[in-house]
Amino acid sequence: MKDVHAVKLTVNGRLHQVEIESRRTLADVLRHDLGYTGTHLGCEHGICGACTVLLDGLPVRACLIFGVQADGCEVETVEGLESEGKLNPLQEAFSAHHGLQCGFCTPGFLMLATAFLRENADPTEEEIREAMSSNLCRCTGYQGIIEAVRAAAGNGERPDAVVEVAAETSEDRSIEGASPLRDAGDHEQ
Amino acid sequence: MFVDDIERPWALHAAFVRSSYGAARVREVSVEEALEVPGVEAVVTYSDLEEYSGLTPMLHRSEFSAVEAPLLSGDAIRHSGEPVAMVLADSPHAAEDGAEAVAVEYEPRDPVISLDAAIAENAPAVHEEVEGNVLLDVRDPDDEEIEKIFEGAHIVVESTFDTGRVAAVPMEGRACLAEWDAREDTLILQTSTQVPFVVRTALADVLGLPQQRIRVIAPDVGGGFGQKCVVSREELLVSIAALSYGRPVKWTEDRQENLTAAFHGHEQRYEVSAAFDQEGKLLALKADILCDVGAYSCYPFTCGVEPLMAATEMPGVYQLQRYWSRARAVTTNKVPMAPYRGVSRPQFTFVMERLMQKAAKRLGLDAVEIRRRNLPTSEDFPYESPTGMVYDPGSYLESLEKCAEVLDLGGWKKRQEAARSAGRLIGLGFSCFGERTGYGTSAFALRKMAITPGADNARLKMDPSGNVTLSVGTFGHGQGHQTTLAQIAADELGIPFENIVVRQGDTEATPYGWGTFASRSMVIGGGATKKAAALLAKRIKDVAGHLLEAAPGDLKIEDGKVFVAGSPDKHVTVEKVARAVHLEAQLLPEGEAGTLDATAGFDPPGTFSNATHGVVVEIDSETGAVGIERYVVVEDCGVMINPMIVEGQVRGGVAQGIAAALYERLVYDDEGQLVTSTLMDYLVPTTTEIPQIEILHLETPCEYSETGAKGMGEGGTMGAPAAVASAVADAVAHLDIEIDTLPITPDRLRAAIKESTAYEGTHT
Repeated sequence: MKDVHAVKLTVNGRLHQVEIESRRTLADVLRHDLGYTGTHLGCEHGICGACTVLLDGLPVRACLIFGVQADGCEVETVEGLESEGKLNPLQEAFSAHHGLQCGFCTPGFLMLATAFLRENADPTEEEIREAMSSNLCRCTGYQGIIEAVRAAAGNGERPDAVVEVAAETSEDRSIEGASPLRDAGDHEQ
Repeated sequence: MFVDDIERPWALHAAFVRSSYGAARVREVSVEEALEVPGVEAVVTYSDLEEYSGLTPMLHRSEFSAVEAPLLSGDAIRHSGEPVAMVLADSPHAAEDGAEAVAVEYEPRDPVISLDAAIAENAPAVHEEVEGNVLLDVRDPDDEEIEKIFEGAHIVVESTFDTGRVAAVPMEGRACLAEWDAREDTLILQTSTQVPFVVRTALADVLGLPQQRIRVIAPDVGGGFGQKCVVSREELLVSIAALSYGRPVKWTEDRQENLTAAFHGHEQRYEVSAAFDQEGKLLALKADILCDVGAYSCYPFTCGVEPLMAATEMPGVYQLQRYWSRARAVTTNKVPMAPYRGVSRPQFTFVMERLMQKAAKRLGLDAVEIRRRNLPTSEDFPYESPTGMVYDPGSYLESLEKCAEVLDLGGWKKRQEAARSAGRLIGLGFSCFGERTGYGTSAFALRKMAITPGADNARLKMDPSGNVTLSVGTFGHGQGHQTTLAQIAADELGIPFENIVVRQGDTEATPYGWGTFASRSMVIGGGATKKAAALLAKRIKDVAGHLLEAAPGDLKIEDGKVFVAGSPDKHVTVEKVARAVHLEAQLLPEGEAGTLDATAGFDPPGTFSNATHGVVVEIDSETGAVGIERYVVVEDCGVMINPMIVEGQVRGGVAQGIAAALYERLVYDDEGQLVTSTLMDYLVPTTTEIPQIEILHLETPCEYSETGAKGMGEGGTMGAPAAVASAVADAVAHLDIEIDTLPITPDRLRAAIKESTAYEGTHT
């Protein structure tokens, strides 16, 4: 019954080869097949944006993309933002401006803001509000998020630097199936 | 690490078969086909659970009818979304396939969907044994005195107010993972809860296990707002499955499940009459309060949580001579109510503020003046309300004056007139309220719950290196307790903040406590922390006294050093003290070896923080949409432990209050189906709906808390619906439109504007 497909995708610069059922979403693949659990599922119907990741540089809802659609693509998740245990400037700004409380929506906002700031390095508050309106947060009332994005933009550091570095070395770090983040072991589903 | 991020080899994944009918009888559940689905291991139905009772939350009150929520329904279905079967499979996908393959034969019945239908004569009974669909009816005796006041009143304002059914919508829905630890003979439940110890008690009662054989862990929790301060049937079912099948069992609900099967709240009706004298002074108030509590009582609070809160805390802080109330919990074929941020206070604050506005309009007073005449002044504290609530000192009047000043009340009339003559509808509204927080056993005992929350505990343990682990029974899940509680401990101990780690959310790793709800943690958990830290500081000084050959009473601790007051050179580091106690006890007299730890509890009577919200709105008369131009909060939560966190709580609360005022509403159709079952239909506001919220602080330190702090987690949600509604009402006051129903949706407002004859007059 199962229709299984071999899929190759790069996540934060690391190449992964997985065999997945066609019905598994990109979020399923990232979270449960590869262990990138920073990508959260808040609604599974494309409204809340908690699962926002970047697919070939563009923000997408990982709950609305099938894993097989990511074949041959580069995916960026929240795990790719920090380097050597240090938060990147955007993450630092979220912390400094109280842009998160429970933290569940935060990875989605961080990835959305990452893509937004690559396109618009010096946005107005109105532009930030417009862009961030595609995701939901239930804790903060959004003001901390808006201020954090503005502060990160003002900071002048482009938050994609980390990922570019990682991408160069992707072939060397190819790992099949299991997560690079933890020893998840085999759990065939 | 959230629950769903935790993986276990050989885990079973649960999916629930839920009723598609609001009211029905289950005739037959056929599981054969489901068991054929690849990956499905078992299907659990009512008949498999005969040895387990459901949850029957109790109030020890004669006016209360206890009802049992079965774990899985085998007979009566009382709301759509009610669980009928649990499918266990080796993946979540297979479990969902299995759930689809379970065939349930229902015998549909007429559902009871509205308050009116529920209390109508000859209404179908939601619970056969409960007459008239009323689970709790708390009614003051008839009062001749109040009738006399009404007879002599200058004006009587009478109105009926309705507030919409809403849901907390934490971004992480409910989720749990149960497993049996065979080495420790212990059930471990990791669950997205606000109240780990309460979950443990419910598990022990239902599973028949001793409590020390159950460990409940709350990992990171993605918001709760009350929805997770009660125990879910699913947490019990998943635990039973782990025990029965000897494998870890995990369940993560999706958003549709969260909207259709988790808890709702805030659906209430108030029929009120208020007597005022010619000066605008409120004399007396009568309130008949109906709360639509859905199909069952929530554990442990019961369905009394909304009506009892409404009856006893209304009329709020406005002073008056006499008050009469009746409050009922009405059961309907809808999802059960649980406490949701604010619990009845957003509703009765809306009612009180609108009453003030209506009276002001009739008496020709402005909105601030009438409030000014009714709020307590600094001389009135402690103010005891007619229901026995004692309001400790606050800045009710001061916050109102400040808010009015910031919003330029003086220039408002001109501005509004100019806008109106340009065809624009703008309005200014206020709400003033007290927020009862940090209340312990004495306050909760008055509710007569079989399970009475109250005290909380904190334990500080210093390790041999001088670092401290602070474990608490409260459980922060976004409120920043790891910061604020550590701040309190660091200040009291005189050691750096960075040297303190806070542990919470684990029944094995923390002292007993009630978790986090009802704006209790900073007052009660913070108070316990401060007391425990003072005990530990004393112990450190005792040891340091031996090392320094000084009297402990002469010692001070600052910056990690214990020194003799007045001669800072004579000192020993806290690190050295810790090392001596643990690793070099030979330096100390007998009996001083061992540990450096202290535990303390705190159980205060409660305290009121207060705030005034002021908001300016503009209505698009063509669409009925309300836009918020400016939002100001002047709040007073006593001593602020951490202003940034206070402001985060205020803003988040206001956002949820604006949502309830303008956007969010759960709608059931006549068949008992929730039609707003996705975030496409249930409108959680985004960055473009929630404005900048300006916050000003006043500080009236609390006498009843150890730190001078008052709780403040719910105030934003309490004040916002009233303030927004007042502003909208002000915008359309000249059109004779009353804003007595929440949410103020565009269709409702547009229709009211179009029907207004006064509006026709201005637009022909």
